[in-house]
Amino acid sequence: MADHALDAAHDHDSHDHKPHGWRRWVYATNHKDIGTMYLVFACTMFFIGGAMAMVIRLELFKPGMQFVDPQLFNSMTTMHALVMIFGAVMPAWTGLANWMIPMQVGAPDMALPRLNNFSFWILPFAFTLLLSSLFVPGGAPAGGWTMYPPLVLQNGASFPMLIFSIHMMGASSILGAINVVVTIMNMRAPGMTLLRMPLFVWTWLITAYLLIAVMPVLAGAVTMLLTDHFFGTTFFTAAGGGDPVMFQHIFWFFGHPEVYILILPAFGIVSEVIPTFSRKPLFGYEAMVYAVASIAFLSFIVWAHHMFTVGMPLAAQLFFMLSTMLIAIPTGVKVFNWTATMWKGSLSFEPPMLFALAFLFLFTIGGFSGLMLAIVPADYQYQDTYFVVAHFHYVLVPGAVFGIMAGVYYWLPKWTGHMYNVRLANWHFWLSTIFVNVLFFPQHFLGLAGMPRRIPDYAVQFTDWNMVSSIGAFGFGLSQLLFPLLIWQCVRSGAKVGNRAWEGAHGLEWELPSPPPYHSWTEAPSDALIARGASH
Amino acid sequence: MMIRARLASLALALAAACGPTAHAASGWHLLNMTPGVTEMSRTIYELHMLIFWVCVAIAVLVFGVMIYSLVKFRKSKGAVADVTLVHNTQVELVWTVIPVAILVAMAVPAARTLVAIEDTSKTELTIKVTGFQWGWEYDYLDDGVTYFSHLDHASNAARQLDSTIDPNTVDNYLLNVDHPLVVPVGTKVRLLITGADVIHSWWVPAFGVKKDAIPGFVNEAWFKVDTDKPGLYRGQCAELCGRDHGFMPIVVDVRTKADYETWVKAEAAAQKQAAAPADAAAPAAPSAP
Repeated sequence: MADHALDAAHDHDSHDHKPHGWRRWVYATNHKDIGTMYLVFACTMFFIGGAMAMVIRLELFKPGMQFVDPQLFNSMTTMHALVMIFGAVMPAWTGLANWMIPMQVGAPDMALPRLNNFSFWILPFAFTLLLSSLFVPGGAPAGGWTMYPPLVLQNGASFPMLIFSIHMMGASSILGAINVVVTIMNMRAPGMTLLRMPLFVWTWLITAYLLIAVMPVLAGAVTMLLTDHFFGTTFFTAAGGGDPVMFQHIFWFFGHPEVYILILPAFGIVSEVIPTFSRKPLFGYEAMVYAVASIAFLSFIVWAHHMFTVGMPLAAQLFFMLSTMLIAIPTGVKVFNWTATMWKGSLSFEPPMLFALAFLFLFTIGGFSGLMLAIVPADYQYQDTYFVVAHFHYVLVPGAVFGIMAGVYYWLPKWTGHMYNVRLANWHFWLSTIFVNVLFFPQHFLGLAGMPRRIPDYAVQFTDWNMVSSIGAFGFGLSQLLFPLLIWQCVRSGAKVGNRAWEGAHGLEWELPSPPPYHSWTEAPSDALIARGASH
Repeated sequence: MMIRARLASLALALAAACGPTAHAASGWHLLNMTPGVTEMSRTIYELHMLIFWVCVAIAVLVFGVMIYSLVKFRKSKGAVADVTLVHNTQVELVWTVIPVAILVAMAVPAARTLVAIEDTSKTELTIKVTGFQWGWEYDYLDDGVTYFSHLDHASNAARQLDSTIDPNTVDNYLLNVDHPLVVPVGTKVRLLITGADVIHSWWVPAFGVKKDAIPGFVNEAWFKVDTDKPGLYRGQCAELCGRDHGFMPIVVDVRTKADYETWVKAEAAAQKQAAAPADAAAPAAPSAP
């Protein structure tokens, strides 16, 4: 239905011999179609990874082993992390980048459309391989998503499946990132200077460079695991002159920039949503750009704060403590600028704004616990406890995931030409926000009281807060079912919206019709349009 | 067993009757780290509380301004946006410099504590700790005492998937071992920590000590328990180490110096005797925990 409406509305595009039916998706080279596939894929993985989280919280509802074997429990924690990071959050960002970057910089499409098709279609194969490891002898990978040797080498038949699926995900991410960089660098409309670009484009540009820098590092690390396992090398085996801690250094040299890969685009979305619903330009635009760049730079020199207990020299521990604490400064600048954007604004609270505000409060809480974790002597007590689990879920769920939700609720009317059911979206927001806190806040208490992470069973004094956390998890998981329902309703029906779906929205995407034409900007937008969008 | 189960259910009933005042059977009061029983663990606790309160103060300030904005500048209340307010160098300088000062103020005590933690000189007793799948081996290097420490039988029976035993009836469920590590009070004990197979991590929260046990590496850690705090202190492996990672607790039995001396002498003699006739290499289990 939507397709036909789109075709009819834009006859001038009909000379494009775009494929129909299944070919439209398999042979897709259009940025919107590929963006849609990325988002649908991410949503699917979000529910698969979420189902694994439900298994974890079900087993942890009370002490004693009730449902799963400890080995399967370890597989669940490992696979939950891999599916959520590489299958849900990262593809969701690439999907949003595909949809929005060409529209926001005044381009007809992404720079490399066939590469775009390839980078998406790698993913279903990568995750089919990874998820099918649940059914091989020995079960799915169970050594943690961090894949520390020697433990990871104890995985059975799933081990090579894990390594090859990581290789494929990495290749997909690198190709997607190259496409983003090339599009931003070459396809901007004349007059769209770098410092006129929307923050979402800026954060994605920096994210793309991070991806290109660190995904090969991860690929190298897992390849060394592969040769250690099958070809007799001893990179990480002390008995052969290797070093298991070296893996951790290499892994976290990838891993820390990776956490900013997951969060920087959320910074971009929040920087678009808050000004829109404050009806006021972003405060300190240039400071925001420089803050993101500083965070990206610092992310390369803080990796060993993930491994303070491995026994590093004093000087190294001091260095990584201080460099980590430095991240608080650009992050603080961002939080203050968002707050200053609302100051003397004219605020309204539509669903995207609600998610952005929850992001602002709850991501900041994750930032505080992050600062606490940087303090090495205190980290000795926090390391590998539920305090860490609470910390990174606060920055990843009400952080990255709420950022994605804010983006989808912000641009869904643009994509479909329809307004969604705001009442239902408000329900989705309030249920998510309440339950996410019920789920993760008590985990701070559990960690401080001494509960280690990645354990399938616990001492009885931890029962009460674990029950609360599990109830929060079930509530959060169920509330998410509203999301696909709401999107389905919006695509099928819903009131028509104009070009500018939100009163205070600025930026080139809002100058296009809703839904936008097949090739977003077939003619470059005028300088006046660009200036109107770049209202900072 | 029966008596303990009955006592536990009695305690539960009492807790239910007394409400929140009865802490024995509930975990609601477990909200924070404990100061522990060593000078170092107290220093770490104070550092943790310092940074916690700094974060709370910043949160009150920042969230206060946010909430004020949300209430005050609502479009529904007729607020009109001041679109010229997009930049203010002075304010931006202030909110960059003040955090720097706060961070420096936090880094100084943290660095001082870290330097003290790393000082493993002047230790009086050295014990080699080896993590394995799944338990710990303790080796008193100067006294010829060595033994293994595993999850105790009661917990192990109750934690099986098909077990019908209620964990609430088990004494220190999952936090009890067959043979605890025995150390004296008021003594700077140095641990040499390593791993036999995969990486483990030796953690006793009350001592403020967590150090990874890595195959091929020997890590150092130390603790000195207050002279007036003998007792049993419990911890767990903190690094994912495979299927039974959740089931390798640590128990440290801290005794007075005299009691420790008696124990270590008897233990050394017993192990020597056990080893002598058969010339067996396997160390015997200690006689009494």
